[in-house]
Amino acid sequence: MTEKGITIVGVKKRYGSGDTAVEALKNVNMHVAPGEVVGLIGPSGSGKSTLLKCLGAVIEPTAGQMMLGDDLIYDNAWRVKDLRALRRDRIGFVFQAPYLIPFLDVTDNVALLPMLAGKPNAEARKQARELFKALDIEHRAKAMPSQLSGGEQQRVAIARGLVNRPPVILADEPTAPLDSERALAVIRILNEMAQKFATAIIVVTHDEKIIPTFKRIYHIRDGVTYEEKGEGRSFE
Amino acid sequence: MISLAGRDIMHSWGKFVFTGMGLGLLIGVTLSMAGIYRGMVDDARVLLENSGADLWVVQKDTLGPYAESSSIYDDSWRGIRSISGVADAADITYLTMQVRRKGVDVRAMVTGITAGGPGTPGWPPYLIGGRQITRGHYEAVADIATKFKLGERIKIRRNHYTIVGLTRRMVSSSGDPMVFIPLKDAQEAQFLKDNDAIREQRRRTEENSAFNRPGVPGLLDAIIASQSINTYVNAVLVRVATGHNPDEVAESIRRWKHLTVYTRSQMEEILVGKLIATSAKQIAMFLIILSIVSSAIVAFIIYTLTMGKIREIAVLKLIGTKNRTIVGLIMQQSIALGLIGFVVGKITATLLMAPIFPKHVLLEPLDSIFGFIAVVMICILSSIISIRAALKVNPAEAIGG
Ligand SMILES: Nc1ncnc2c1ncn2[C@@H]1O[C@H](COP(=O)(O)OP(=O)(O)OP(=O)(O)O)[C@@H](O)[C@H]1O
Ligand SMILES: [Mg+2]
Repeated sequence: MTEKGITIVGVKKRYGSGDTAVEALKNVNMHVAPGEVVGLIGPSGSGKSTLLKCLGAVIEPTAGQMMLGDDLIYDNAWRVKDLRALRRDRIGFVFQAPYLIPFLDVTDNVALLPMLAGKPNAEARKQARELFKALDIEHRAKAMPSQLSGGEQQRVAIARGLVNRPPVILADEPTAPLDSERALAVIRILNEMAQKFATAIIVVTHDEKIIPTFKRIYHIRDGVTYEEKGEGRSFE
Repeated sequence: MISLAGRDIMHSWGKFVFTGMGLGLLIGVTLSMAGIYRGMVDDARVLLENSGADLWVVQKDTLGPYAESSSIYDDSWRGIRSISGVADAADITYLTMQVRRKGVDVRAMVTGITAGGPGTPGWPPYLIGGRQITRGHYEAVADIATKFKLGERIKIRRNHYTIVGLTRRMVSSSGDPMVFIPLKDAQEAQFLKDNDAIREQRRRTEENSAFNRPGVPGLLDAIIASQSINTYVNAVLVRVATGHNPDEVAESIRRWKHLTVYTRSQMEEILVGKLIATSAKQIAMFLIILSIVSSAIVAFIIYTLTMGKIREIAVLKLIGTKNRTIVGLIMQQSIALGLIGFVVGKITATLLMAPIFPKHVLLEPLDSIFGFIAVVMICILSSIISIRAALKVNPAEAIGG
């Protein structure tokens, strides 16, 4: 396995133990190439969020292998010591709810990530503002999160996921609160970013409006993944 | 890196300022408490310092004249002065009582001083107005804290006195201002009975056949006269001659006069260690209670603030914030609260409590520094529960289901 992007082989995740144990992931195999946006769909409780949490180094899988780029980060145990640094430097998260930091303005909500990575404030803010144009939130750069609309907040959250130019972005139902026009806009931005920065992106969704936009889709059912060719329809 | 704590405080400054002010009033009371204790100790020291005495000669086996009552003959000073090493010795009486001025009572420590001059033990060392007492009767020097004015007439027991001089910071160990009057007047005031009592005593003496002997003319009159004279004073203040060791002089007075003698440091020990010890304990209890209450308040506020931010903390962890940064966020807020509280507290204590408090409140810079350190420590300790809660937050919570 020397392919770049995200590679997942035989990942399993069991919650709890004994009688109450839940086999959330039984056999997950995935590959997402750099510059690719893939959909991950499946019924409720099928293990989608669990998979993103494993891949995002938020919870530990039970078995299997995970690779980010050339690095084997998990091989039946974590191979990386500082998971927080791994998340900070290599993974961008976009959640269903934006969860912005209420006491920081839009710019600093996004600039916080490069700051945490050690960038000087001015440079971090510049890096944040570069994304605002593409996400159409330039005019709200100085606003506080509470002053934004739901869609604007979601776009700020997306900017936050992208700002460190992570090689991987994990998005869990990022369009759930948005109308179809804005949902498609978000998918368009993710695709642009993927191409521009060679990011590998996984988008978990239930959203019928955006499912047709994926070129490749993984289905997950009872903790097992199946690959399927998507429609790859244009979202213009 | 921006200061997360600072931004959060700026964002919800109202909450911080108001809780900080509440805490500040508490800290202000705490600082004033310490100041009251310092004031009492200071009053005691000033009392001893201003008396101009090196030794206090009092009734045998008493802790007089301030902590216990003491009475010795008013001619003891003669013998004491003749002892080697004694530069000066003078009688003194202290009587805490209500002094009347234009129908209003002022609580004061009336001090009887012997005729002599400035520098005589017991005399006020300096005046801020007027002159010292020059006549043997009915003149008084009062501390300005009595609010008496020069030339005013005051009433002590049955006699009227004219204020001829004013002093400053002459107070008893319980903070009552001092009023100096001639010794003879003071002895009379201490001993004085009302007219009925005098008549009653005279009647009893006359009825006593041991005193009323027709065969011995003049005996009854002599006895009655002696009954109305007070030949006691509370203490003799001694100034030790330069070059003599007060301890040695005290020892020789003890040996010759069968009286109890205290040196300056022993007297200080009695005043601070015994006379104001109960008050000091009360104040210490209050300090402890206030510290506990302050800690509980800080802990509760910080915990509430942290719990309100638990989701943000999960997000911060998810995006890779170090634990150190999260600990810093909480602890800095806690310390900021303490700082606001301390500044408000210091201002309240200095501008509000100290001037209006009826007692002398002495705010020592060292106490403030100690108070500051205590506040910061309390804030750090109080934030520990919140920090533990924050560190337990699972970053997975930020992603949700
Ligand atoms: N912390 C946990 N402890 C125990 N079981 C869990 C935990 N989290 C999830 N599960 C179980 O694991 C299974 C997969 O959950 P997961 O959240 O991954 O589903 P999902 O595909 O994201 O569902 P949805 O579409 O409803 O969000 C479910 O049966 C769930 O009950
Ligand atoms: Mg889910």
